[in-house]
Amino acid sequence: MPTPLAARNVSHSFGSVIALDDVSIDVPAGRSVALVGESGSGKTTLLRCFNRLVEPVRGEVMVGDRDVRTQSTVLLRREIGYVQQHGGLLPHWRVLRNVALVPMLQEMPDPTDAALHALGLVGLPASNFAHRFPHELSGGQRQRVALARSIAAKPGVILLDEPFGALDAISRADLQESFSAMRRDLSVTTLLVTHDLAEAGRLADEVVVMRAGRVEQKGTMRTLISAPATEYVARLIERARAGLEALSL
Amino acid sequence: MRSARALLSLNLVIAASLNAQPEPPRQENRSVVVASKPFGESFLLCEMFAQLLESRGLSVERRPGLGATEIAFGALRSGAIDVYPEYTGTGLIAILHDSLPDSVMADSRAVFAHVTKRFAEQFQVRWLPPLGFQNTYAIAVKRATATKYHLRTLSDLARESPHLTAGFTADFIGRSDGLIGLSRVYGLRPRAVRPLAPAVKYQALVSGAVDVIDGYSTDGLLARYDLVTLVDDRHFFPPYEAAALVTDRLQAQIPTAIATLTLLSGRLDERAMRQLNRRVEVNGEDVRVVAGDELKTLGLVGDVQAAKTTVVRERSGFGRYMWDRRANLMGLMLRHLLLVALALLAAILVAVPLGLFLERTRPLAEPTIGALGVLQTIPSIALLAFMIPLLGVGITPALVALWLYALYPIARGTYTGVRDADPEAVSAAEALGTTPVQRLLWVRLPLAAPVIMAGIRTAAVITVGAATLAAFIGAGGLGEPIVAGLALADTRMILSGALPAAALALAVDGVLALVEKMVAPAHRREGIWRRLGSGPLDAVQGRTAG
Repeated sequence: MPTPLAARNVSHSFGSVIALDDVSIDVPAGRSVALVGESGSGKTTLLRCFNRLVEPVRGEVMVGDRDVRTQSTVLLRREIGYVQQHGGLLPHWRVLRNVALVPMLQEMPDPTDAALHALGLVGLPASNFAHRFPHELSGGQRQRVALARSIAAKPGVILLDEPFGALDAISRADLQESFSAMRRDLSVTTLLVTHDLAEAGRLADEVVVMRAGRVEQKGTMRTLISAPATEYVARLIERARAGLEALSL
Repeated sequence: MRSARALLSLNLVIAASLNAQPEPPRQENRSVVVASKPFGESFLLCEMFAQLLESRGLSVERRPGLGATEIAFGALRSGAIDVYPEYTGTGLIAILHDSLPDSVMADSRAVFAHVTKRFAEQFQVRWLPPLGFQNTYAIAVKRATATKYHLRTLSDLARESPHLTAGFTADFIGRSDGLIGLSRVYGLRPRAVRPLAPAVKYQALVSGAVDVIDGYSTDGLLARYDLVTLVDDRHFFPPYEAAALVTDRLQAQIPTAIATLTLLSGRLDERAMRQLNRRVEVNGEDVRVVAGDELKTLGLVGDVQAAKTTVVRERSGFGRYMWDRRANLMGLMLRHLLLVALALLAAILVAVPLGLFLERTRPLAEPTIGALGVLQTIPSIALLAFMIPLLGVGITPALVALWLYALYPIARGTYTGVRDADPEAVSAAEALGTTPVQRLLWVRLPLAAPVIMAGIRTAAVITVGAATLAAFIGAGGLGEPIVAGLALADTRMILSGALPAAALALAVDGVLALVEKMVAPAHRREGIWRRLGSGPLDAVQGRTAG
């Protein structure tokens, strides 16, 4: 069952640095939303509020119909899939065991089956990969394993923090394709952090542009392009387009 | 018949007089702990004390070769040992730091009376009546040197000292009845002073590496090398009368022991002692045999069967020497290993949790580990000496000292290993809902294992080495033949402890290297180790193969 997410009037600061300034967003159940912005825009901080890796100073964070603060962090996190930029696979565990981690934590009846199934969904045949160690995989394969690990326990929501940010362009395109396919097979809510507007357009139903801890604009990619709300958004789109045009020359 | 009756009545009188005593002295049922300092004569006297006590039915624990004056006397004061041979001059100057008028200094009886009184008041320690000989410092030169520089007295030596290199024991250099006093009284200023171990000073002199050494007047080697002992023309050295130093506690608990030890008082003169030292130091005879022979000669013990079994050692090959002592060496090696294992185990039990705790409380980490590091800089022998007032002598203080040495590398390894364990993996594990304990057991400890093991291996090798010094405080182990060999200038004896100790260090390191391979994180294992403990989920090979 996909789980909706919501943040209401969330503010947070690290010391004197304001990371989030009265931010509100909604991710309806089963939809995919991308948080886009530069480094320091607060996008990762906002993402991490949902699994309580960050406890905001003010505001309300909801996963499903419950405020995250009413749940134990450990149990909350087991209900939420998570992928980080550098995968974070446990290097001393083989692929299968890595993927089975959350099913095991949740004491599912057969974590191995769940893991094998997830490997299939991300396009890694278990017969070839289940028994490898992470260092025996390519960067793209490792991110696929991380993706498999995040969905193995069939969570209602997954959080992705620059999941493909460290990959070369080709692996990246491959993975974006697999991710889209996987989303069609699963019904899961996703919240994605990326600095790449094109990636956001490809993977998300809706885009939230953030800047200096505030929401600059939210809407579909189409809206952003046709009616940028601020000069910053317009510049962002302009720059992404220039990149694409340079390619087509 | 008459005589038999007379005997009977005499017995009755004796029995009655014994019964008449208001309170017969109570004997405690324990061993008398007999010790010595680490040089030949002290070993020999210790062994004589021990055999004499045993011949009177008392059980004895031997602790020969305890450190230097500070360690031996420290052990006596703390009650860790009951008796060891000491010299009045050493007691006066090195222990009491007293200075007496020259007229008193010249009178050995007066000096003895002084130290007896002062030791009883200050330390509750008694000097038994002197054994009958003095062993003073013998400042010695080669006959050729004496002729060349016209040396007969210490004043002559002081005059020529700018041309001469001195080789003195560390003890002598630091003592006020040693070099410090000689410089003050005679104006001795050697061109250079080389600190030498007692075992090598005669060789150093004979080979010409140094020109003058501090010997002992009863050393067997003085005569062997035909050395000239310079006359103390200003009577600088106090009398050094040898006597047994005992605790009041021994007097109270085992009065028979005191009575027995007193049997030796006045029985050993300088000539006899020099002869005995010569047998041990020059001829290389077994201390037990020499001590037993002398006690028999003095009529203090009957024929001791045990002493007969060990004959004068033959000058045979080193291999043979080791083989002949294999049972003894094996015992020492096991004891050594036991010391190391216990100290290391205790250190692991403390330092690994400490390292983990410090990783959680980072601000405390560097100061705490730094403090443990400072302990490493204390020389082992000094650390062992510090332990004596607190814990006495024997295995306990040795274990504590070794344990302290082992803490630093293990705590450092654990802290660093866990702190630096793959941060990405740790943060991902946290984000996916593992508990702190699960992260520790599944991620951080396995990934830190090689670094922790490296710390443990370092600690183990350090401990094997440091444990040889434990013999200085009577903890036994392979240091025993090293300490005794140093004292008796017996290279083979030193090697019979040092070589097995080195082999043991290599073996321990090798075994721990295997352990390190076994605990390496699964992805870093090689060859056969790969199959080890890679977790239940890896048992599904068959199911995914198709």
